[in-house]
Amino acid sequence: MSLITTLARMEAVRDGRAQPLTTVRHRHLTERPLVFVPLTTAGEAGAPLGALVGTDRERPRLLVVPQPRDRDLRSAFLAELAEEMLPYVEGFAGDVTLEERKETDPATGKKVTVQVELCAGAPQLLVPSAAGVSYVRLLGRSMRFRRTAEQDPGTPHPAPPRVPLLGRWLTHFGERARVPGSSLLLPMTELLSRHWATGQSTLEDQHLGALLAWIDPPEGLTGAEAALRAELARDAAGQLLHPPAGPATDPAFDNKLLAPAVARHDAGLPGAAEELRALLETQLRPTWEAVWRGVDLLRALPEGERAGERWKRDRWSYTAHRDRVRAGEPPQPRRDDAVTAARKLAARETAQAQLEAQEALDDPLVMAGRRLAGEAFAGEVTEVVMEYTEAKVPRPRPLVTVRTDDGPYLAEGAKVHRVLADGKAQSAEFVGRVPGDPGALTVRLTGGMGRGKAPEPGSVPEKGDRVCWTLFEHAPRGGPELPDPERTPWTHGGPPGEPGVELPDPVTAEDLL
Amino acid sequence: MPDLTAGGPEGRTARTALALREATAAGRWALLDHPLLALPVAGTPAFLEPDAVVVHPDGTWTVVEIKSFPVIDGAADPAKVGAAARQAAVYVLALEELAARTADGDPARVRHEILLVCPKDFANVPAAGLVDVRKPRATTRRQLARLARVEDIAAELPAGTTFDLCLADDGKTAGRPAEELAAAVEAVGAAYAPECLAACELAFHCRARARAEGAVAALGRGLRGELGGLTTVESVLAAALGPEPAEEEAGVPDPTVAALRRAAALRAEALAPPLTGIEAACR
Ligand code: SF4
Repeated sequence: MSLITTLARMEAVRDGRAQPLTTVRHRHLTERPLVFVPLTTAGEAGAPLGALVGTDRERPRLLVVPQPRDRDLRSAFLAELAEEMLPYVEGFAGDVTLEERKETDPATGKKVTVQVELCAGAPQLLVPSAAGVSYVRLLGRSMRFRRTAEQDPGTPHPAPPRVPLLGRWLTHFGERARVPGSSLLLPMTELLSRHWATGQSTLEDQHLGALLAWIDPPEGLTGAEAALRAELARDAAGQLLHPPAGPATDPAFDNKLLAPAVARHDAGLPGAAEELRALLETQLRPTWEAVWRGVDLLRALPEGERAGERWKRDRWSYTAHRDRVRAGEPPQPRRDDAVTAARKLAARETAQAQLEAQEALDDPLVMAGRRLAGEAFAGEVTEVVMEYTEAKVPRPRPLVTVRTDDGPYLAEGAKVHRVLADGKAQSAEFVGRVPGDPGALTVRLTGGMGRGKAPEPGSVPEKGDRVCWTLFEHAPRGGPELPDPERTPWTHGGPPGEPGVELPDPVTAEDLL
Repeated sequence: MPDLTAGGPEGRTARTALALREATAAGRWALLDHPLLALPVAGTPAFLEPDAVVVHPDGTWTVVEIKSFPVIDGAADPAKVGAAARQAAVYVLALEELAARTADGDPARVRHEILLVCPKDFANVPAAGLVDVRKPRATTRRQLARLARVEDIAAELPAGTTFDLCLADDGKTAGRPAEELAAAVEAVGAAYAPECLAACELAFHCRARARAEGAVAALGRGLRGELGGLTTVESVLAAALGPEPAEEEAGVPDPTVAALRRAAALRAEALAPPLTGIEAACR
């Protein structure tokens, strides 16, 4: 945690409510996200118990598995889930824009510009917490290898028609969620704690109710009091007033209410199914509301300038998966081969570096953290001296001196970067500190001044201007290229060869999901 | 599978020790189902019950731990595997104690790889794997050696301090008033950190106390190191936001305080930028 974040947490303690960690919203939120609040059965890791799902805050769809041990009931749950989610997920596939992209022509080996489709929008899945993201991944893994009766007439327990397809999509969402800064699948707790510092620890921030209590405490209560109530308060019957955000349920609920209701259902008592539905709704509804309240709070923040750029990459990722599904490719393998795994890792590292740079550029409060860490400095220009290269056609290389209170970790010749008015980056080299003038640093501009002999207007700061230089690149690129799959060295498993056919999981008498 | 039933924890640990010795001497495979082991913790024996211990024909022992989290496509949640390894490491330590006291006194007969059994994929079908617990074992050993002895802690408490619940005959109702118990708990120092919430039943009590004291550790274990000598929220805020100490009493500036003041200034500047501020320049 940076000292600025630490300080914000302490201020939250003092003021009894959360403090901002950002001045803008660093994740894109779509107009119409799909909220998914799943619950699982205690003791049977992964067995679904119920869910609220939908895009309409007022009318979520309630899905219930009255007996989680019953394979057919679980199947029915997944079928309903697919019925609810797939039209939403596929609903963004048709509306496309055309983008230009450079590709290598396989015949000639030349780089050519081609026009490709990019979906104008993309689905966005919101779940309450990080555990919800893991559960989406688990559901995806369990569904994508299933076979429907149509695919395999001999299969003993055929999956409902659209379930394997939903599995592939949920797997895609789950994989994408591992890319820093992506927004196809987001946990509300993480979204909120990126933007606010509470007066509790990051561990406690994983409780959605407590987190919201700090950010937006009800009248007359401090954040700490409201959070405590969210964590512990129970009604006269011993049930939590704020049930956990799942997917795990509260043991008191399991033992006192759920188990007897399931038993009544098993015994075939009339009304038992309705009773179970009502019971699960009591557990799900508060979390459903909480996720939407989080959406409200986040929407009140203006979106960071570069968040849209990252969302565009999410749209690319959605479009690419749409194409794979359309091309009839098999579901994602159980395990990535060495090259795919290395590629994903490299892409995530690049995304992390880009995210850090973009958040700082979009948000002075995040930039403040980088300045404190010695990775950027801001100050006033005190002197500009025009100098030129000694080439035949001299190019401008002005020296700019800045006075700053920041303490950047600069070595001579280090590269620094700043944003120009047109959004492009300008680079410079650190020349040295001004003797006898603490805080005064001189840099030499090396680019961003146009092609001419004289710098373009506005590209060289003037005396009195406030400037902010970063030691990090604004658009960091990944490391060296990885070899093509066919050229994977044997130390890394060699060329992947023909992808093996992934068989469905064997069916056992004791399956949970 | 030797029978391990006996009366009381001491009886059961003795029975376990005997069964282990016999099985080892016999040079055959043997499985001890829920044996009971004793490990001195802070000078007092703590009783531990691993899921199982396997005796190999070569006389070595393996701890078996059964967990409910799934192994999917050969991989399980690393955090959960780590927790299971830490737990099993304690059993390994207890077995090493026992091995050192029995037979040829060779603690090396306890294998440092434990057998972790989990459900496989999406079914209740067991899958097992070996987990090396040397690292958690070393950590636990160090922590155990550092613990203050219970007797020493007890010696510091006011005479008559007790945690006895004075259970009624039904074995459930506590006879001792809650206030008395709370006072007894208060008398013992605690080093609360948010990690306690997942592990200790007293966590909410300790948290309330830590918060009331304004302890920075209540916000995160790492903070204490980061903030040097400043241990309360109030002192941190005073150092960061309060008036600068006067020249003459300032002396050598404390680097923590200096960094805090800089952080506070930068934060304030970013949240309320001057009109022609750096904010614009940064964009
Ligand atoms: S919560 Fe438990 S472990 Fe943590 S300080 Fe209190 S008594 Fe000790």
